[in-house]
Formats: sequence, structure tokens, C-alpha cells
Amino acid sequence: MKQFINFIKKEFYHVLRDPKSLLMLFGVPIAQIVLFGFALTNEIKNSNIVIVDNAMDNASQQLIYKIKASKYFNVGQVFMNPDQMDAAFKTDKVKLALVIPKGFDNDLQHLHTAQVQIIADASDPNTATTLTNYMTSIIVDYQGQLWQSGGLPYNIIAQQRMLYNPELAGAPNFVPGVVAMVLLLICVLMTSVSIVREKEMGTLEVLLVSPFNPFLVIFSKMVPYIVVSLINLTIILILSIYLLDLPFKGNLLLLYGESSIFIMCALSLGLLISTLTDTQQTAMNTSFLLTMLPTMLLSGYLFPIENMPLFLRIISNIVPAKWFYIIIKSIMLKGLGIQYIWKETLILTGMTLFFLTISLRNFKTRLE
Amino acid sequence: MIKAEKLTKRFGNFIAVDAISFDVAKGEIFGFLGANGAGKTTAMRMLCGLSKPSSGEASVAGFDVFRYPEKIKRNIGYMSQKFSLYEDLTIKENIEFYGGIYGLTNKQIKDKGKELIDMLDLQAEANKLVRGLPLGWKQKLAFSVAIIHEPKIVFLDEPTGGVDPANRKQFWELIYETADKGITIFVTTHYLDEAEYCDRVSIMVDGKISALDTPSGLKKKYNAKDMNEVFFQLARNATRSGD
Repeated sequence: MKQFINFIKKEFYHVLRDPKSLLMLFGVPIAQIVLFGFALTNEIKNSNIVIVDNAMDNASQQLIYKIKASKYFNVGQVFMNPDQMDAAFKTDKVKLALVIPKGFDNDLQHLHTAQVQIIADASDPNTATTLTNYMTSIIVDYQGQLWQSGGLPYNIIAQQRMLYNPELAGAPNFVPGVVAMVLLLICVLMTSVSIVREKEMGTLEVLLVSPFNPFLVIFSKMVPYIVVSLINLTIILILSIYLLDLPFKGNLLLLYGESSIFIMCALSLGLLISTLTDTQQTAMNTSFLLTMLPTMLLSGYLFPIENMPLFLRIISNIVPAKWFYIIIKSIMLKGLGIQYIWKETLILTGMTLFFLTISLRNFKTRLE
Repeated sequence: MIKAEKLTKRFGNFIAVDAISFDVAKGEIFGFLGANGAGKTTAMRMLCGLSKPSSGEASVAGFDVFRYPEKIKRNIGYMSQKFSLYEDLTIKENIEFYGGIYGLTNKQIKDKGKELIDMLDLQAEANKLVRGLPLGWKQKLAFSVAIIHEPKIVFLDEPTGGVDPANRKQFWELIYETADKGITIFVTTHYLDEAEYCDRVSIMVDGKISALDTPSGLKKKYNAKDMNEVFFQLARNATRSGD
């Protein structure tokens, strides 16, 4: 036991004294979360818009006031003429314009129906759609308000309904993806590189000649990365909840449990790579090739699997991150319990045992 | 201390080590020479328990390599071809780590560590990272750490690779001191001048031991003026080329 602790202590020295490792371990996840988070939130919140108010009446003022109060829009100017609006679009700073026609209040009061025009800069179609949706919901909201105060029903012009994610925010979707990526990166890459480094340095042989059990050598290599991964998971969760206002709905303990299975899976993969490669460079490249690419492309994190051709859909099943992504999304965003994700958990556990068995067997053959 | 009887290692059809037999006595400095690819590292790995022999018999420190590899591991020290200390750990931490791996108590580690640092005159560097030490010092330190648990035998796999002649000489002085304490030294090398320092030398060619005697005995037998000539006479007929 003392030997084991001694060994783990040494592994921590390696991690803590290598600025490159430290940057990878803690810099990358934090940078990813912050960059992803703010890049996406800035895009959606505080978008510059202009309003062309041809009505200049009571109702238009109320509507504009409501839009100004929303955190999504930054109402730059209220114009009265369409040419000014065109000019504003061309300077490229305005993403959307709302045109309120003459007699807006009058139409609403007497006809109970009125029209407005939403013009969006569709050079970025995703942003345009999202912003149009926001604007529509504000207008619908305003109409609901009128109805309540007026007694008579007002006609609803457009209807938009967004399930699960009424704000259409990006954060909920990418946080589980970042968690999966970061855990994979740390566990596969760092384990494989740290074992191969000892191989390269010749220290692994010395350890294997020592009375210390070779499997304990491997196991003590894993411990620091399990600890670091769980710390990272915690950092990511804290950042997402407090910085990105991510709603966390599920059971924290379940999340940590499932993450531990995934961590073990990634560590076994890292070990497998270390038994197959002889230089740190190859270990690093193999790790990237085997984990990062499939995870980005085939886990459903960036591209929906449902839209892929059958062949890729079948391939995606052997990517561990796909299952973990489903699990973690279910826990974090939908608040589901184990009864809904036991199948995925079972698959992930099976994969872990599979990788662990072949990598340990591989490691053993290398010894003989 | 070491006994090998027709020890053989096959990798598929390739016979890396072909039925070698030899004995090494206690406190002896036994040199293991051969060109690259002659099979010396493989032979050494079998004796250390890193590799299972395909056939033959061997015992190290009185323990059979097949039946008691774990007991052998407790009684040997090993220094690999590549420099085998952790560069990102300090001298003290390396000593603590390796001492701990061999199951020394904290007090033993402390005493041995101090003794070792004093002997190598490294007091000022004890808390500095090994990375900053000159190669010659690193080798001496690696050797001292390899015998920190006072093994019966220490295996050195080309320990002086890349070290300049002055430092190699100092390194060999350290080996002599160790042998005087009764520790058996098993050393592979391809520096032929180093062969002269050994008590007995075996020369491996194509997986077989083609000569085994004291350096002076070998020179006499092959009518050579130094080990270089002995080696070239023997290795001339080698079919395997180095890697």
C-alpha cells in the first residue's frame, strides 16, 4: 500500500511539474467552456437591431418598450424612414429590423388585427432564424398582454413554440459535448502519453524489473487522471451553471457515477494505445485519431446522427462518446433517472470491460 | 549467483538467444559483449524476469527464473540502456520513489539517501531536478539508485552509452567499489576497452556465446594485443547485422 501511495505521489509530480500537461488538463476545458459559452451567448444576447416606426402611436411605443426591455436585443435607433434602415444593414452591425406600419394602434383597436414586418440579415441564416423567432415571441407576448387588458380577443399574427429550450440557447447542447470531449482528451491522451513516455525514457523497464506488480504500475498511472478528470468535471459544471446559467435538472451523484464509467472507458483506451505505440508522438496522434475525430463527428454532439447515412449511423454505435453524450444530456438537461438510461449505461460498461480486458492482455503479452 | 544452462529465446522462427550456458560467481564483474542484435539484451531480459525463456534453465540469486521470478526481482537491481531516472523529479524524490518501490522503510530511505548523496558529493543538488545534471552524474546517480536496496546482483544494460571517457572511467570505479561490497555485477557493453575492466567476459555472436574467459585469457587464446582484435576475429563471421 505504501508503495502504491508512493507511486501515485510520483505521478502527481509528473503532472504538476509539466506546464504543458497542466495547460492541457485545466486550461483546455476552461477555455472551451468559456469560449463556447460566450461565443454563443454573445451571438444571441444583445444583438443590434433597429426599428422603423411608421406609426408613432401608443401601441407601437408599448411594443418598442417591450423589445428594449428584452435582453436579446440592443435597440440601436428608432427610425422613421426605410432608407436609414437600409444604410444600417449595410454597415453590417444590425442583424434585424422591425417595421411597424402606419396606423398600428388604430388597426389593433378597431380591427383587432395588425401586421408588422421583421427583416433579418440572413447572411448568417442560423442567427437570422433565431432572432426572428425571438422577435416573434416578443410580439406574441405583447398581444397576449393586450388581450388580458382589453377583454376582447386580439388576432394572433404568428405563432412560435419552442420546446425544452425556449430561449434556443446554445449552452445546454454544447456543455455535455464539452464534458465528453474533455474527459476523453485527458484520459486517453494523457494516460497513453504518460505510459509511453516511461517506455521512451527507459524507466518502465526499471519498474517492471522491480518487485512492484506491473498491473499496479498501470493502475497507479490511472489514479491521478481519474482525480484530475473529476476535478475537471466539477469545474465544467460550476462554470456552466454559474457562468452560462445552464439549468441543471438531474441527479448529481448519478452524473458523477456515469462519468466515472466513461473515465474508466477512456483510461482503458489510453492504456490500449500505450501498449501499441512506442513514441509519445505516435501515442498522441493515435489518441487524436481514435478519439477526438469520432467524438466530434459521430457522437451526435456537433452533427445529428439521425441525418447521417445508414453506414455512419451503424459506425456511430461503436463510439463510446455517443452513449455518454446521450446519458449526460438526459441527466443534465432532461433530469432523467437511471431507469431511462440503463441501456446506454450497460453498453458503456460493456465497452469499458472490453477495452480493459484487451489492453491488460496486450500489456501482459508485451511483458513476456 | 547466476547459472544459465542452454537458455534459449525464440521469437517465431527467429532464435534471438541460442542455448547459452554460463555461470557467474558472487562479487564477480561479468561482461557481456556483442554487436547490436547479437542477443545480449534479450539474454539479460530473461535473467531479470522481463522475458520468459523459450527453453533451457537458469537461476538467479539461487532462484529459478521460471518458478520464482518475483523472488528474483527482490534480489536484483537493474539499470536500463536509456537513462532510468525521472528527469522531472529531484534527486531526493527519485531516491524516495525507487526506495519505496523496493519496499524500504522511511528511515532506511532517509539513511541510504543521505549516504548516497554524500558519496556522490551531490549535497548542493539534492533538491534540484535531475534534468539539470550533467549526463555523467546522472549515470552515476542512476547506478547508485539501482543498488539502493542492496541487491545481490545488479544488471547494467549498456550503462555508459554516450558518456565521455573520463566519466566512464569514474563510473567503472563506482562499479569496482560495488563489487568489493560483494554485489555481483552483470554488465552488457559494446565499448571494447571496458571489457578489459571485467573479471570475465563472454562474447555473443548471432545469439550464441562464442567465447568466455578472462580478458587476458581471451587475448592469449586469440593471439591478440587487445579486446578489439579478439572481438573482430570472432565477429567477422557473424551473419546477423546490427540494427
